[in-house]
Amino acid sequence: MKAKPYMNPYLAGVLLGLVLLLTVYLTGRGLGASGAIKSIVIETVQTVTPEHAENTAYYSSFKATHPEGPLRSWLVFEVLGVLIGAFLSGVISDRVSLKLEKGPQTTKKVRILAAIAGGMFFGFGSQLARGCTSGAALSGMSVMSFGGIITMMAIFGSAYAVAYFFRKLWIRG
Amino acid sequence: MGPLVPDIIGNEFDLVIALILGIGFGFILEQAGFSTTKKLVGLFYGYDFTVLRVFFTAGVTAMIGILVLGHFNLLDLSLLFINPTFLYAALVGGAIMGVGFILGGFCPGTSVCAAAVGKIDAMAFLLGSFLGIVLFIEGFSIWGDLFIMESMGDLKMNEVFGLSPELFAVIITLVAIGAFVMVTRIEDKVNGRKSSYSTKKMATTFSYAIAPVLIIGILSFTSNHTESVKSDVAEKLSNNTKINEIAADEFSSKLIESYYDFNVIDIRSKEEYKKSHLPLAINIPVDSLMNKEWGNYFTQNHKANVFYGDDFNNVKRAYFTAENIGKAENYGLIESHNEFKALYYNLEQPDKDKRKELDVYKFRKKMGADLTKLEDAMMKFSQPVKKKATKAKGGCA
Repeated sequence: MKAKPYMNPYLAGVLLGLVLLLTVYLTGRGLGASGAIKSIVIETVQTVTPEHAENTAYYSSFKATHPEGPLRSWLVFEVLGVLIGAFLSGVISDRVSLKLEKGPQTTKKVRILAAIAGGMFFGFGSQLARGCTSGAALSGMSVMSFGGIITMMAIFGSAYAVAYFFRKLWIRG
Repeated sequence: MGPLVPDIIGNEFDLVIALILGIGFGFILEQAGFSTTKKLVGLFYGYDFTVLRVFFTAGVTAMIGILVLGHFNLLDLSLLFINPTFLYAALVGGAIMGVGFILGGFCPGTSVCAAAVGKIDAMAFLLGSFLGIVLFIEGFSIWGDLFIMESMGDLKMNEVFGLSPELFAVIITLVAIGAFVMVTRIEDKVNGRKSSYSTKKMATTFSYAIAPVLIIGILSFTSNHTESVKSDVAEKLSNNTKINEIAADEFSSKLIESYYDFNVIDIRSKEEYKKSHLPLAINIPVDSLMNKEWGNYFTQNHKANVFYGDDFNNVKRAYFTAENIGKAENYGLIESHNEFKALYYNLEQPDKDKRKELDVYKFRKKMGADLTKLEDAMMKFSQPVKKKATKAKGGCA
């Protein structure tokens, strides 16, 4: 079956904006993503090497400020929702299939390695900047946070600055 | 009045809300095409600007929506989570994320979406994010200083430029619309299409800007809830409108008889209240009457509020403000705090031959003793419940 076309971007934007607005109205906070991955990291480290977690200041201070445990967090549940929502959308629009997407001139191996490296950069940067494109840039913009908006400008500015050097990953040329 | 968590919706249900909102978030991201890396990186090579369109439209919609809700007093903007600004961490962290975007082709939220519909590269990206965060935590002692340098607090962009939030929202809206026109031109050029932008179509696009700009315009030219309450209060003050007054003797005997029918509200400053206050009084400084945390006192209908202070004009101000917030029964105590204290606690015994004055003296002496007894009893029974409006926690980090 052929996948259905994507939604009009402006309509999608308005709807996304309304979801964010509803989030702010209900909870006083915005949406996010990277924070959930951090929770999973902390849970994993605490489970796999509890001694190491005890002896590292970052984990122990997280434990002290989050007595309910890392997984009982707003963002973990929200990201679970994202997984469900995206899957539903994919099912409705016939877009669910195991697939590796890559640029026309890249091998599968390069694409996987670049994706892991990109994830590492993004994960690291999101912790340093206290949020990613969702939590800092989009949610920050909606409440006019200075930190959120300069984070957004730094993300896109830097991506444009290095885009040329990594063009072989994505386009012919 | 929002935010509804934690006062109206409990913290347990908060997680269910998170799940539901997440479903909406994920569904729309996927429908918009954010589950494919080709669309995402199109932004950086000029062939597909979907991301910019969705992102900017969403940001502007939410930004204006928040202003509207705040304007009509449906949302207490002072309680919202504002991402705190740590200048260098934001800039360096953002720059690192930018490299990650180009290398990986996703950001964390979109990679979750893409993984949900089976994109293997997105799963690899998520694995990478996991490793990147481990790296950040393990080496935290190295970049811990950078993490907290140049802390600027809950700074807002419009404050940096000295603009009102409304004007800033108009500027962002116009920038967004300008960007939409520009990127469509770039897209056409990169994809070798004939320009799809006629003057007419451009005019249509710009006409979309009318709605948001109009909304913000109306907001900035009509007074918001706080302002209209203030002007109503000022008007009543200058018209010398009457309030329900209550005199000390009547008030004291009623309080002793049925203290549970009254909220005694001290409208002076915190410091003055701490030094001394009337029995059972709580402190709501007159300037903070409109804060969300006190809302319940003015909207309930089973207790009467009795305001007192140093200056009867301020008592009237508090009375009129409370009247605007809710339909609770309100009174203004005629006597000031000091007069009240003098009446019952610092009594001088009059001469024996002045019978009438002696009666009043005895009455007030007993009243003072009863008030003290009541206060002591209540102290043991319970402290007045202190309610605090909670500022939302948020962010990604």
